[in-house]
Amino acid sequence: MTPSPATTPEPVLQVRGLSTRFHTGRGTVRAVDDVSFDVRRGETLGLVGESGSGKSVTAMSLLNLVRKPGHVEAGEIRFRGRDILAMSDRELRGIRGNGLSMVFQDPMSSLNPIMRIGDQIVEAIHGKGRTTPSQARERAVRLMELVGIPDPTLRLSDYPHRFSGGMRQRVMIAMALANEPDVIIADEPTTALDVTVQAQILDILGDINRRLGTAIILITHNLGVVARSCDRVAVMYAGRIVEQARTAELFASPRHPYTQALLAATPRLLASRSQALMPIEGQPPNLIDVPPGCAFAPRCRFADATCRQQSPPTTDFGERSFACWRTAGGAALPDISRSSVRPLTVLPRTQTGPSSIARPEPGPGDPPNLLEVRDLVVRFAMPSAA
Amino acid sequence: MNPFAKDRQLQAVDGVSFAIGHAETVGLVGESGCGKSSLGKALMGINPVAAGQIVFGGQDITHVRGEQRQWVRRQLQIVFQDPMSALNPRMTIGDALAEPLVVHGLCKDAAHIQQRVGELMGLVGLDPSSTTGYPHELSGGQRQRVVIARALAVDPRLLVCDEAVAALDVSLQAQVINLLKDLQSRLGLSMLFIGHDLATVRYVSDRILVMYLGQIVEEGPAETLTLQPLHPYTTSLLLAVPEPDPVTEAARQRVVLTGDLPSPLDPPSGCRFRTRCPIGPAQRKGREICITETPRLKPGGNTGCKAACHFPGEMKLASAAPAMTTLVPVNA
Repeated sequence: MTPSPATTPEPVLQVRGLSTRFHTGRGTVRAVDDVSFDVRRGETLGLVGESGSGKSVTAMSLLNLVRKPGHVEAGEIRFRGRDILAMSDRELRGIRGNGLSMVFQDPMSSLNPIMRIGDQIVEAIHGKGRTTPSQARERAVRLMELVGIPDPTLRLSDYPHRFSGGMRQRVMIAMALANEPDVIIADEPTTALDVTVQAQILDILGDINRRLGTAIILITHNLGVVARSCDRVAVMYAGRIVEQARTAELFASPRHPYTQALLAATPRLLASRSQALMPIEGQPPNLIDVPPGCAFAPRCRFADATCRQQSPPTTDFGERSFACWRTAGGAALPDISRSSVRPLTVLPRTQTGPSSIARPEPGPGDPPNLLEVRDLVVRFAMPSAA
Repeated sequence: MNPFAKDRQLQAVDGVSFAIGHAETVGLVGESGCGKSSLGKALMGINPVAAGQIVFGGQDITHVRGEQRQWVRRQLQIVFQDPMSALNPRMTIGDALAEPLVVHGLCKDAAHIQQRVGELMGLVGLDPSSTTGYPHELSGGQRQRVVIARALAVDPRLLVCDEAVAALDVSLQAQVINLLKDLQSRLGLSMLFIGHDLATVRYVSDRILVMYLGQIVEEGPAETLTLQPLHPYTTSLLLAVPEPDPVTEAARQRVVLTGDLPSPLDPPSGCRFRTRCPIGPAQRKGREICITETPRLKPGGNTGCKAACHFPGEMKLASAAPAMTTLVPVNA
């Protein structure tokens, strides 16, 4: 387990009041709205949310990578005591990769397809320090070993297409580690991968985090990944952090109805199968036209008039904070696990014409199975090259 | 590289047998490249069948053409992962739903079509009055509802869902899963639910098939298979799925499968899983049988599951082997 963050009080990265907007023809998108969090050395912070919640834009803002029509409008990002948003381009280049580095979801589009893997890693090493070519090569091999790429010396001269998705993601992590950054921002690093490979990548990130003390900001939509890998979690909804807590506390007793609803909507392997999933009805708001009050209110089962009119205050207990009227005093949310799932609204059927509702039961003469597949073989011809 | 060399044969689906009962949902899981989508497409007649038989309602439909194929198309429908590419962006929702009705001549006049389209919209929980909208005006979840409604328009008896909820956010995913379960029980539909996520597949399915490199390695009732798997691949897959519960995760043993799926162009001899198997010949001495003999799918114990493994049930969820990844320190 990671050392308790309490023993290392100084955060490596402090984000305060970060707001990023996109100015489009249809209006201003409030992609990230007044977001604040800390990341400490050796810690893995999960940033969870569904698509459009602002988690990736937050990540881009941390490296000041947001480009037009986007714009970081307000806030402060303190790294090694200095504000990233106030840095010159030159200073920024010194930080990117060196202090803060990033791993994206799709490794194929981040790697140069016509450049050997070894050269790409060496480039990442060379870009910053003063190393000789042979030193850089040696270090590239070490990095590849670190992320568990077999036969690193041989694979240095391979091109990206020769690597599987999981191996490519390892290469990306190796490159992100090239200059021993203090913080790695991993944006959905395992989303495109199979679960077995996902488990490998999460183990590698965890290992780096523990042994090198590198802080990791893990952006994901998968609560299982959070439960497995993160020390703390920040839950985002409609551009805001609605709840922040240590992972165990957040899962055990969520204080924001969105967190609670997200947990109830997630399929589990160990829960009873008869327990229906509880979907969150409706959709996230349009960020151009965010309703007044709490952004989650239209989908929230506990919302009242206050929630719809006034933005909720943030209750802050240090390690734990949440923005909800209902739990503002620190009260727990009512248990929803036993409440029944609202049945779908189905319109009455008119009984004319072929209707799919009444299907005759199979008679005694019918075959017992609807479909039977026997020794099926599907073959594709592959060009014999390679 | 020899440009005149003969093409090699990739066996995407290699001797697969299974059945789907009336009103039954069968889940099909496996990693990418295991052949699960190829199998689904072969059932639909999209992929050619090289050998074997597909029997539907007592009739052999493996190679049917013409009018008979048209009949098959009404009986079997498929829903794919990405609803945006499954819908014509220039066609209204109403027209998209009316098309199969027209193509198969299922309605007598325009009024009948309109009525049926309204019914279908209601069936999947969409507002029947919004038929004039276009796909881009809908959210991902709503689009997938439209695709499901369109598949149901011809009154099929079997619905193949190929990663039908994989692209959706958790909250919408739960909506569509519940919709499918609801439709399944109300319409008496049979379903083949193809997915990579065991947690999701388990919710929908009565029975689950686990596929590895073109073959079914385990088959059994959904609950039993996920709680007491027989095949070490199923066990490893189950252990790899992160459970959204930090307490479980902290207590859980890790079995990390090393490496990737071997190339299906050149599958390992004997048991295809042996190269990655935590209890296979690479890990345990004296297991040459895994290399020399191909295991057949057979019942292992009295759990109701069948597994293609020489040592079924040996690797249990509770007492699995320790983690196998070894990492070398960067400054070593």
